[in-house]
Amino acid sequence: MHRIDCPWCGVRDEAEFSYRGDATVKRPPADGGAEGFYAYVYDRTNPKGWHVEWWHHVAGCRQFLKVVRHTVTHEIRSVAKATDEVAAPPA
Amino acid sequence: MTQTHRLAQGGRIDRSRTLRFTFDGRRYEGHPGDTLASALLASGERLVGRSFKHHRPRGIVTAGPEEPCALVELRSGARREPNTRATVAEIYDGLEATSQNRWPSLAFDVSAINQLVGRFLPAGFYYKTFMWPASFWEKVYEPIIRRAAGLGRAAMAPDPDEYESMHAHCDVLVVGSGAAGLAAARAAGAAGARVIVADQDFELGGGLLLEPEQEPWRQGMLAALSGMPEVRLLPRTTVFGFYEHDVLGAVERVADHLPVPPEHGVRQRVWTIRARQTVLATGSTERPIAFPNNDRPGVMLASAAMTYVRRFGARPGERAVFFANNDIAYDAAFALHHAGVSVAAIIDVRKKDSKRAAAAADRGIAVKLGSVISDVKGGRNVHGVSFRTANGSVERVLDADLLCVSGGWNPAVHLQSHTRARPIWNNDLAAFLPGKPVQAERSAGSAAGVFGIAHCATDGAKAGREAAAALGFRDGAAFELPAPDAEVDPRVKPFWEVKAKGKAFVDLQNDVTADDIRLAHREGYTHIEHAKRYTTHSMATDQGRFSGILGTAVLAEARGETIETVGVPTFRPYVTPVTWGAMAGRHAGHHLQPVRRSPLHPWHVRNHGIFLETGLWMRPLYYSATRETGWDPILKEARAVRQAVGICDVSTLGKIDIQGRDAGILLDRLYTNTFSTLAVGKARYGLMLREDGIMFDDGTTSRLSEHRYLMTTTTAKAAEVLAHMEFYHQTVWPELDVRYCTVTDQWAQMSVAGPKTRLALQGCVEGLDLSNEAFPFMGVCDATVAGCPVRLYRVSFSGEMAYEVATPAGYGERVWEAILAAGRPHGILPYGLEALGLLRIEKGHVAGPELNGQTTARDLGFEKMLKKKGDYVGRVNAERPALVAPDRPRLVGIRAVDPSFEKRLRGGAHIVDRPDSKASLGWATSITRSVELERWLGLAMIRNGPERIGQRLYATYPLKNEVVEIEVCSPHHVDPENLRVRA
Repeated sequence: MHRIDCPWCGVRDEAEFSYRGDATVKRPPADGGAEGFYAYVYDRTNPKGWHVEWWHHVAGCRQFLKVVRHTVTHEIRSVAKATDEVAAPPA
Repeated sequence: MTQTHRLAQGGRIDRSRTLRFTFDGRRYEGHPGDTLASALLASGERLVGRSFKHHRPRGIVTAGPEEPCALVELRSGARREPNTRATVAEIYDGLEATSQNRWPSLAFDVSAINQLVGRFLPAGFYYKTFMWPASFWEKVYEPIIRRAAGLGRAAMAPDPDEYESMHAHCDVLVVGSGAAGLAAARAAGAAGARVIVADQDFELGGGLLLEPEQEPWRQGMLAALSGMPEVRLLPRTTVFGFYEHDVLGAVERVADHLPVPPEHGVRQRVWTIRARQTVLATGSTERPIAFPNNDRPGVMLASAAMTYVRRFGARPGERAVFFANNDIAYDAAFALHHAGVSVAAIIDVRKKDSKRAAAAADRGIAVKLGSVISDVKGGRNVHGVSFRTANGSVERVLDADLLCVSGGWNPAVHLQSHTRARPIWNNDLAAFLPGKPVQAERSAGSAAGVFGIAHCATDGAKAGREAAAALGFRDGAAFELPAPDAEVDPRVKPFWEVKAKGKAFVDLQNDVTADDIRLAHREGYTHIEHAKRYTTHSMATDQGRFSGILGTAVLAEARGETIETVGVPTFRPYVTPVTWGAMAGRHAGHHLQPVRRSPLHPWHVRNHGIFLETGLWMRPLYYSATRETGWDPILKEARAVRQAVGICDVSTLGKIDIQGRDAGILLDRLYTNTFSTLAVGKARYGLMLREDGIMFDDGTTSRLSEHRYLMTTTTAKAAEVLAHMEFYHQTVWPELDVRYCTVTDQWAQMSVAGPKTRLALQGCVEGLDLSNEAFPFMGVCDATVAGCPVRLYRVSFSGEMAYEVATPAGYGERVWEAILAAGRPHGILPYGLEALGLLRIEKGHVAGPELNGQTTARDLGFEKMLKKKGDYVGRVNAERPALVAPDRPRLVGIRAVDPSFEKRLRGGAHIVDRPDSKASLGWATSITRSVELERWLGLAMIRNGPERIGQRLYATYPLKNEVVEIEVCSPHHVDPENLRVRA
């Protein structure tokens, strides 16, 4: 069971969150073109190791959080607000 | 049955009280403190079950949760529970136990004939024996296999008991309450840490329970721990899993030792424990050796035999032979000897190094060094053993009814392995020890390879202190440790298998032999995880705890590699089986899926609504005092709407209140059409796409003021739409100044529809001019009904002139009643979900069957709603070539050519161009009987659909052999010019 330290609510169980995938992809601007939007929806690196991902605190503050999680060990290195810039640590 | 094998004294049972129970209908007696296994042994019972595949007779092998053979059904009727281990089941007065997997009786089992044809059931037989012909699988092979191979029977009736979940936090969780666990808990507790001690046994003490001279220390420790306010002791609690982020799961068998749980009490309780530090004092389990017929009733682990004598005062046999590769097993032999069991010999694999041989000789016990057991005599009961020297030169037979085996000890590393820690091989113990911790845990006592009571206590105390110190607690008061142990030498001579003629089992529960492992190896399953799955080795309830290492050893030899290299299969939760009831806890039935009721629900109930659960919502399908079925009540309600006026509860629609300067901009980016230009007091129908360009949701959104909108969503997608808004606002356009929240539950909303709607509403709406000029189609106005504030939206789903009337939830019934009263002179009828669906299909409005996650806005005829300027979700991807291909199935209407209702259309029917064609042109999405056109009609997705309008095609439904001739038409079966809604 993941324990996620929500910046708004404190440490909460995984059961309160829903996963929303890769937080490193950025939605292209309106003129981003077919390839840009295709990549935004479909291109994923699926890393083995550190990953920055969206977790939605649906049963809490309803904020999307940027969680840096290790996809093998499930270790969570940091939890940031949606607007924070978060770099993925090297895998 | 009398307790023929009960010792006159000794043990932890209460001889002053007698408990009566039955096993396979026969009556037995036991005492408080007994397990079912110990009570059966005390009555001289040896045969307790039949094996999974070969139906071989099986007895009691262990004295703990790793028991592979003594699996029984407990209780009867709705409480019947299969596959419980007799070695951990506490007896109570009236307990009913039944053996499993035998027919017609345990002693005489017909399927035991499998033993004679056992060579036809080799490893992997599921995969290769019964594959052809395929049609035989369901009808012949599977029923035979299911009958022959299997475990107990589940209860067929609903479980009458209650279960619950508990959440706990602690500084230090101690798993296990042996010498190491108690010392760890005491040290951590004394330092001030909040401690939980969990042990699977009903008595705390672990190995201490076998050492009468340690009883004062055990009791002193328990008294001290009980006196610490921040220490919680949980007996009967198995920690079954160690999950990420230091969360552990445990199941407490609260009332399994009682006939039925006390009133308002629970049967079992699952604990979710968030531990800052964990001490794993889980002990170690003795392991067997593979040799021919090592599964006969009467072959048991040496430590188990000692446990039955020392703890339960039961003699597991009269004349014992021991088979060992280590010194510790001698202590078990001495314990049996002391209790009056004749010990015929100790067969020791080792040629030398036995430090206990002299002590055995002192007791008159023969020790055969450098020897191995080569066979076991007897079928349902051991009556002798063969042994020989290691080189096989001399073979002799000994009379015995009990064979006690010790192949060494496996530290219980399972919980640690759940954390992905890699166990480390230890040559002295020939066992895997806990590896480098991954989470905040440490192992102590024999779980860490430390043996001897005093050594374990010292190790445990150190672990407890370190765990507390890691959290910043300083050492607390010191406490007394047990007196130093007599010399304990846990080293073993690694020895796994005696190769001789006959079945030598490496997994007793799943009937896997050493030869099966070698067969798997020959057939290419050389990785331990593959060999495991191919043979089902270590996949039984003990999860390989009893003898998993034997399979590894046999495989390692076959591969010519070390056990360390081959490894054991990964241990995963659960350590022991956990019932579904416990996992579900209170989350069963409507506690799992709560019911949502509209504010008007009580009215629907009083007025004969026939309900359907749609998602979580309870919605009236139609109203019928006589609970009639069929179309009549639905058609009657729909006709009222087409001809007069009807009222329908639409409170379940999702409603989101959106406020802020940028509210219009956010809506423009979420919808394919524009809302920032919408006039205040107007509603607009909008489409939302997913980012991949597929239709997501639709609904009307109204502008209530300059910076405030009210969005409606479909009932089904309400939560998803809110999350969708939050995602885009928070992660893509956080600069937008807008706030929103769901207000679905705050409003009662009703649709009033039909040509006489205005007449009906004029009779109850105050403060509003309802004329078409003052309040045109798509207008939004506030007013009053029966003194209650209402908001009217002039929108229509049915295609008739309609108003949706919304009022704060608490006023719902009052407003509904007022409208009904005002409409009564005009023939108003309430209508339910069925009539609502009928009307929208006639009108050609799309709903769930058309918004099925595959269709685009163009597919549904909405291309004009895709704005040309500005960004919105899904805009770019909706233009992908495959999504704009001209031959995609597109929305059209279909009608049965035959105006009678004889040949019915069905949703899901395929559309073909000839009655016998198998080439589908598309499918019918929504079908209804029409009140407007008096025939079957509906909506369909058909390739090049709009170009086919006017064509005659066929709707085919091969499952029912139905073919109906249809005409393709506009989806708008009713009022295609949209005149009625503007009337």
